[in-house]
Amino acid sequence: MSQPLNSKSMTIGESGLAVFFAAAAFLCLIGAAKAVDVAFGFHAALGAAASLASVFVILNRYFDRPSLLPPQEINGRPNYNMGPIKFATVMSVFWGIAGFTVGLLIASQLAWPALNFDLPWTSFGRLRPLHTSAVIFAFGGNVLIATSFYVVQKTSRVRLAGDLAPWFVVLGYNFFILIAGTGYLLGVTQSKEYAEPEWYADLWLTIVWVTYLLVFLMTLVKRKEPHIFVANWFYLAFIVTIAVLHLGNNPAVPVSVFGSKSYIVWGGVQDAMFQWWYGHNAVGFFLTAGFLAIMYYFIPKRAERPIYSYRLSIIHFWALIFLYIWAGPHHLHYTALPDWAQTLGMTFSIMLWMPSWGGMINGLMTLSGAWDKLRTDPVLRMLVVSVAFYGMSTFEGPMMSIKVVNSLSHYTDWTIGHVHSGALGWVGFVSFGALYCMVPWLWDRKGLYSLKLVNWHFWIATIGIVLYISAMWVSGILQGLMWRAYTSLGFLEYSFIESVEAMHPFYMIRAAGGALFLIGSLIMAYNLWMTVRVGEAEVQSPVALQPAE
Amino acid sequence: MSFWTRHQIFEKNSIVLIVGILAVIAIGGLVEITPLFYLKSTIEVVDGVRPYTPLELTGRNIYVREGCYLCHSQMIRPLRDEVERYGHFSLAAESMYDHPFQWGSKRTGPDLARVGAKYSDDWHVTHLTNPRAIVPQSVMPGYSFLAQTEVDPATIADHLRTSRIVGVPYTDDQIANAVADLTAQADPDNAGADAFTKRYPKAVVRNFDGKAGAPTEMDALIAYLQVLGTLVDFKLYNEKANLR
Amino acid sequence: MRAILTVQNFTSNFVTTFWTPIFVGIFLAIVAYALWPRNKSAFDEASKIPLREE
Repeated sequence: MSQPLNSKSMTIGESGLAVFFAAAAFLCLIGAAKAVDVAFGFHAALGAAASLASVFVILNRYFDRPSLLPPQEINGRPNYNMGPIKFATVMSVFWGIAGFTVGLLIASQLAWPALNFDLPWTSFGRLRPLHTSAVIFAFGGNVLIATSFYVVQKTSRVRLAGDLAPWFVVLGYNFFILIAGTGYLLGVTQSKEYAEPEWYADLWLTIVWVTYLLVFLMTLVKRKEPHIFVANWFYLAFIVTIAVLHLGNNPAVPVSVFGSKSYIVWGGVQDAMFQWWYGHNAVGFFLTAGFLAIMYYFIPKRAERPIYSYRLSIIHFWALIFLYIWAGPHHLHYTALPDWAQTLGMTFSIMLWMPSWGGMINGLMTLSGAWDKLRTDPVLRMLVVSVAFYGMSTFEGPMMSIKVVNSLSHYTDWTIGHVHSGALGWVGFVSFGALYCMVPWLWDRKGLYSLKLVNWHFWIATIGIVLYISAMWVSGILQGLMWRAYTSLGFLEYSFIESVEAMHPFYMIRAAGGALFLIGSLIMAYNLWMTVRVGEAEVQSPVALQPAE
Repeated sequence: MSFWTRHQIFEKNSIVLIVGILAVIAIGGLVEITPLFYLKSTIEVVDGVRPYTPLELTGRNIYVREGCYLCHSQMIRPLRDEVERYGHFSLAAESMYDHPFQWGSKRTGPDLARVGAKYSDDWHVTHLTNPRAIVPQSVMPGYSFLAQTEVDPATIADHLRTSRIVGVPYTDDQIANAVADLTAQADPDNAGADAFTKRYPKAVVRNFDGKAGAPTEMDALIAYLQVLGTLVDFKLYNEKANLR
Repeated sequence: MRAILTVQNFTSNFVTTFWTPIFVGIFLAIVAYALWPRNKSAFDEASKIPLREE
């Protein structure tokens, strides 16, 4: 050994995490040995393996690293920490494609039920949570973690707080996804929509999420920029509120600490209210606030213009987070939930239209005076169209929360269509736009491999979305009308199964739309991969390449 | 320093920002959720609703496991067509022992809140095994594997005990006899069938899957489906007393 | 306990009775703050944060 031993020592984080993972490995091994069901044993074994790997990686990294941790600044400029962001970016593309593929499969199952294969782990009921979790939490979650770590560093002009903590967040979060996803296939679920993972996965997510909050917050605390940029407000609201919602919706008592099954503390009507308070605010704070943060950073950045009105963004922020939290009961119109709660939910949902459109206007008007960029830059076009979809679904949402409209739309495919105009059009496109911006920045490339391919992605996915949502509008409204149709003699006109039969063509169109969306994302994956590998391929002369519009 | 520059603490101080966010999001949640726990009118006063039998509870857990709630609601709304199609609108009291609730959010298939006693056990066995054998246009997956999987009775008492912790009023007697009751409900010749029916009023004892031997997951799921919506007698239910 | 209940009752009565004016008030305060002329330059500065980096 040439190095004197005392020149290098483990940080508290390194030794603490190593001990934490050693203990976790031990506990997981006990869990695997005493498991009362197969799924729990499998997950405990996965946990043990991951913990041991973590101990190994932490020690290995320690022995390989120089005695000093990476500096906060190099030559007076912040030494940004991009490693964890790159990882989350890659995972988001992977999970996105996985989630869209499962979505295509379950859409096809509804058109051709033979595709269920009548096996437990391939049936619609187990795959549907896999699809929703893969696209919302795996794809969307990784995009949010990646962009939030990127934006908070850049707009605070400091290196991300913590040394191992950011890695713990991205790796721990993806391990949660793994546990949740394999659990669904094995039949492990709480049956609370968008909160299906069982108690042990929930506990793990809590640890990861609190670390996420701390990393984000500590980065803000040590920032060099006096003002906290508005995108970070939205990220912070997203992280804090998701923590509150997660804790409120998931308290459960496990049947055995060595088993996967638990019983939720809330029951009946209270459980319903907690669930949709959670469910709607997962939309409001995960799929809206988080992605609005992306809008507030990436659109100005890509358009090279400041946001249209920073003052509007402040009003937008407070009004949005205040109103959203009330909207949950609109998922329970005409149910056994007391009327006063339904009325509150409806009132606030309608009011929510205003801040939503305030945000949309703010995003769109950022382009004012530079609309020509939409013609030349397909990435910016994707970002801007996502905001247009946001405007569309945030108009549709309040409308569907009106009780008379809801009496028709609830329980039908209209809801599915509404969700997907938001999910594919808004969340999907704003995420793709952010990924297209961020990958060249992260890997130090001058530009994307091909803007032409972005253009293809944009159009194929857009046609896919239009097919998807128009099919669901028609099928949803048709369903609702058939269920309530009466003959002239006062009898119900259609049996339920006749309404199922009538859905068939629309389910095929919907599957086709989903397939196009998936193809678009594969084009993106190829384009991003080539961007990382070879960088900009062609001398970009985008004006000449674009079709006239 | 003016009032307005003081107000900039929101943008300058991340901790204050977090407190502001928490305060703003707390209001809506508290106002909408907490009254549901203390307002007596939230859950109607009815006779007949009892905790699930061990077999029904096992079936319910299969219903949850297979994600049935993703295509079938259990919540009939007080709209003319729904009441005519499915029966009396659902009461909050009918799901008060449901942990978690299974109201659902989508009807790819019909509502199941009152499916109990609507079809025969045979019908359910055939339909669950191959839905298109009975309803050619159905898009439901087949669940033939349920009939081949025996229910493991070993942990059922723990399930009842855990349910009691979260508020389902299982008695000591019910917990002590959970394993015996689980087998008895699926076997009319069982010596414990009478004692079982005393513990769970209105529970039916039948060989649900039509096969001899230990109860299968098919027995359990059908036992659960057959009890849905049958516990409240709406001829005796006092609508006016529960107006909200 | 009784004291806590009284305070809780008072607060919930106050909020349920006056919630509209309370929220309108809070909203107007935020709007006034955002549009206050003296804050304009600070906000204009803040909106350029993403464009100013490096």
